Amino acid sequence: MLAKRVIPCMDVKDGRVVKGVNFVNLRDAGDPIELAQRYDEERADEVIFLDITATSDGRATTVGLASRASEQLHLPYCVGGGFRSVADIRTMIAAGADKVSVNSAAVADPSLITQAAAAFGSQAILCAIDAKQVAGNPNKWEVYVHGGRKATGIDAVAWAAEAARRGAGEILLTSMDRDGSRDGFDCALTRAVARAVDVPVIASGGVGKLEHFAQGILEGEADAVLAASVFHFGELTVRQVKEHMASQGIPVRL
Amino acid sequence: MIVVVDYRKGNLKSVERGLASAGGDVRVSDDPALIAQADAIVLPGVGAFADAAATMQALGQTDVVRGRIAAGVPFLGICLGMHLMFEEGVEGAPDEDDEESTHNARGLAVLPGVVTKMPRVDAAGRACKVPHVGWNTVVPPACQPAEPAAFAFPLFAGIHPGEHFYFTHGYVAPEGPFVIGETTHSTTFPSAVQYGDVAFGVQFHPEKSSDAGSRLLRNFVSIVKGA
Repeated sequence: MLAKRVIPCMDVKDGRVVKGVNFVNLRDAGDPIELAQRYDEERADEVIFLDITATSDGRATTVGLASRASEQLHLPYCVGGGFRSVADIRTMIAAGADKVSVNSAAVADPSLITQAAAAFGSQAILCAIDAKQVAGNPNKWEVYVHGGRKATGIDAVAWAAEAARRGAGEILLTSMDRDGSRDGFDCALTRAVARAVDVPVIASGGVGKLEHFAQGILEGEADAVLAASVFHFGELTVRQVKEHMASQGIPVRL
Repeated sequence: MIVVVDYRKGNLKSVERGLASAGGDVRVSDDPALIAQADAIVLPGVGAFADAAATMQALGQTDVVRGRIAAGVPFLGICLGMHLMFEEGVEGAPDEDDEESTHNARGLAVLPGVVTKMPRVDAAGRACKVPHVGWNTVVPPACQPAEPAAFAFPLFAGIHPGEHFYFTHGYVAPEGPFVIGETTHSTTFPSAVQYGDVAFGVQFHPEKSSDAGSRLLRNFVSIVKGA
């Protein structure tokens, strides 16, 4: 049976992990590759490098990072952030990324997903969606772009369905309401999207304790759960999370 | 020397490095002459069946690879590379949704049968997500999951039945006596196959499968060195 996945996400700027990392026994806690190898040892199922670099020099650094990751990592990895065209995506896939995630550019031009999926296969294209609950309507969420700074008026569930229909192989769904809250995933949002698409949904945003991960799978009906700071700060290990998920009857790779 | 066949569809570094970490002397090449001299051949998994088969043909690789496998040179096909071991594949054919398609692409045909689309519903009628992407278990064929027998195959030496490997594919190989490992998603399908004593195909990506994948690559390199 296909295992539910646990995915640590690293924000990377100019080739370095940002949002402080507090791991002991790492030679260089700012090196995304070394951190990813540590997560591999803890049985992470894949890792995501989210590039928050704005400059073109920084982008080149990220391509270099992908290239190094394909040599040194023995697990799948995804690079997200900043892709504007199929050519951008091609560069990252050619460097060795297993998957890329697209966000704002796909909202601006949904055909980017269609073209990228045709060129590289659906399995390589994630559509990242940042969603925020519409005030006064607990069952409606709006898509935000540009790092969550710009509202679009687009319904998040409808956009997820369109992205999947256009060939996105997975939906990386972040609840802006929950991100950083440590209150747990927005399971209502996650479930609404999971039921609207026939591709895997990665729940993101809000985990603060062990139980939240299993909730994302059992209540949110997600196929994978993503977290950043609880792992980076060493509050929880990937192994602890997976052992807890297994204790709740969730199939995981231990 | 192990040659990783480059059919110009993508990055082969992870396969190259995975084999090198496993102790192999590895070269990546698209040159049929070098492939013909290799002590072992690895056919990686990038792209779609029809496209890959056509590119291999255009580069003059098809007959060389087929001939070397037949001659008993150790071989490992990964993902699409495993699919290409079979006679035909529907993926990328102009009428791939037609079960009676007569436009299937030809593979290396060292194993019999047609590589087909993975069903989107299981036997109970439940919807399953396809492509099948992620970590799934591999067990010896026809074994009961509750009480898995040990792997008797050298490729899986030291690997526990039920170990997880990383998959990403939407098409599956046909069943047959050549199956040495199987996996269940919407259907139970061959996740590892063997031709003769030293030619193998795996549906999963050992180079992306962490410790278990590294072990399998080490096993393959041992088989290469012992051949």
